[in-house]
Amino acid sequence: MSLDPSFVGRTYPPTAPYQVGREKIREFATAIGATDPAHHDPEAARALGHPDVVAPPTFPVVVTMAANRQIIEDPALGVDYSRVVHGDQRFAYTRPVIAGDELVCVNTIEDITSRGGHGFLTTRTDVRTAAGEPVVAVWSKIVVRGEA
Amino acid sequence: MELPTQTFRVTRADLVRYAGASGDFNPIHWSDRFATKVGLPGVIAHGMFTMALVGRAVTAWAGAPDAVVDFGVRFTRPVVVPDDDQGTEIEVAAVVKEVTEDGLTRLDVTATCLGEKVLSQARATIRTPR
Repeated sequence: MSLDPSFVGRTYPPTAPYQVGREKIREFATAIGATDPAHHDPEAARALGHPDVVAPPTFPVVVTMAANRQIIEDPALGVDYSRVVHGDQRFAYTRPVIAGDELVCVNTIEDITSRGGHGFLTTRTDVRTAAGEPVVAVWSKIVVRGEA
Repeated sequence: MELPTQTFRVTRADLVRYAGASGDFNPIHWSDRFATKVGLPGVIAHGMFTMALVGRAVTAWAGAPDAVVDFGVRFTRPVVVPDDDQGTEIEVAAVVKEVTEDGLTRLDVTATCLGEKVLSQARATIRTPR
């Protein structure tokens, strides 16, 4: 499947703020078996200098995967989601995600290539607080598999 | 320096729980019928679930749940999770590549399932444990 390379560099409007809930962090940590008290107990998190429970390092995907629908479902780009597999993922932190954060995502298409009939789409999502404080930059590469 | 290998068991129940917590309800992670229809050998773990387990290993090595500064992986092979109580196992190992003067440690991580590498170019930068 070929994706239009002229979309490289396109930045989408900021997403509506996502309110990071303490129970959501606990639910996510429990789902991955992360038992460290700082993910569950605000007192333990405060002992590390945070105002509330700390999210595990891959937690932001909860926010960015939803935000990335802006791109995946952009009818002009035309990604066939039923043919998508996840290629790469990266998180570059300014600081951890903490319960109570209100996060806004700005999506940019960083790269589009095609090889062997497959399309490769790299997105960068800058995650900031609603007040503009940078929290984490998230890169995701998806592969849109070609017709076999 | 090599870090102690950590092993994580993954069952179908874990995938269902992760689907709910992450919001990723792609049926390749819970329906054999759907997974085989799209050419997969069976239900596979979310790549992000595997990455989350590797993240657990990394924070355990760091000794702090908030120590991760940078963390990236490439998903190279699906983790097939059979529909039984045993599920499968993911083994996570790492070597320390570099300790910088500004207090960061760079790790090269490997994750294998049934002896096969499921991630490549897995790298994490953590605040150096004190």
